Amino acid sequence: MPQKQYGNASVEVDAEGFLTNPAEWTREVAAAIAKEEGIADLLPAHWKVIEYMQKEFKETGQAPTIRRINKTGVVSTKELYELFPGGPAKKAAKIAGLKKPEGCV
Amino acid sequence: MEERVTKVSIVISKGGLDGVYPGLIMANGARMEGIEANLFFTFFGLDAIIRKRMGKIKIATVGNPGMHMPTLLGAIPGMSAMATSMMKKTMDKLDIPPVPEFIEMVHDAGAKLYACKATVDMFKLKKEDFCPQVEAVINVGKFYEISAGGHIIFT
Repeated sequence: MPQKQYGNASVEVDAEGFLTNPAEWTREVAAAIAKEEGIADLLPAHWKVIEYMQKEFKETGQAPTIRRINKTGVVSTKELYELFPGGPAKKAAKIAGLKKPEGCV
Repeated sequence: MEERVTKVSIVISKGGLDGVYPGLIMANGARMEGIEANLFFTFFGLDAIIRKRMGKIKIATVGNPGMHMPTLLGAIPGMSAMATSMMKKTMDKLDIPPVPEFIEMVHDAGAKLYACKATVDMFKLKKEDFCPQVEAVINVGKFYEISAGGHIIFT
């Protein structure tokens, strides 16, 4: 598995840049991945999504779907697309240090 | 590296759950990948955006070989409703929403929804008959104009 350097941290990632070991995730790593994905600053709303995704992943082993993020009242679908432009589920999972979502919705 | 798909325009021409869902899933999936998506509803596919009908779309149990059900059994009253309700439960578990919610979701995701003018004229429908997510009633020429530079998928 390739290693990637984010600031002082070296993390293990897969071919698409998703962290393979969630334990290596830090808020600094998240901010650095976000920058790479075109999100200059992680705002409180971003963190709300990221923390919810991590919590769901811990409980179910899967990142939550966009529908679930909307239905549980974390952020609306519209807002989610605005926060993570160009692929919200995938980008948010990457920044949250989770594996790439596998579902179709 | 191969060129990325950046834009799709999807035609939904068939009614019934099995007619409507594939196009919705593809359009939503496109938006999830950051791909621009247009949806063009025509003929019985129009049911998915008609206010009064969108919540009542069923799966056909007669004349639908995919259901693997003998015609006479499929024709029993309530059979289609039962098959629909079973399918909806399974889909809900997979977070595939019912049609009205799906239309809202794909619209909130940034897809643009259009109704086909020929069908609207044929069925004597008005703009008010459609759910608010519908951008406009457009003709085929306009559809091609909107689809320019992308891929067109017919379902």
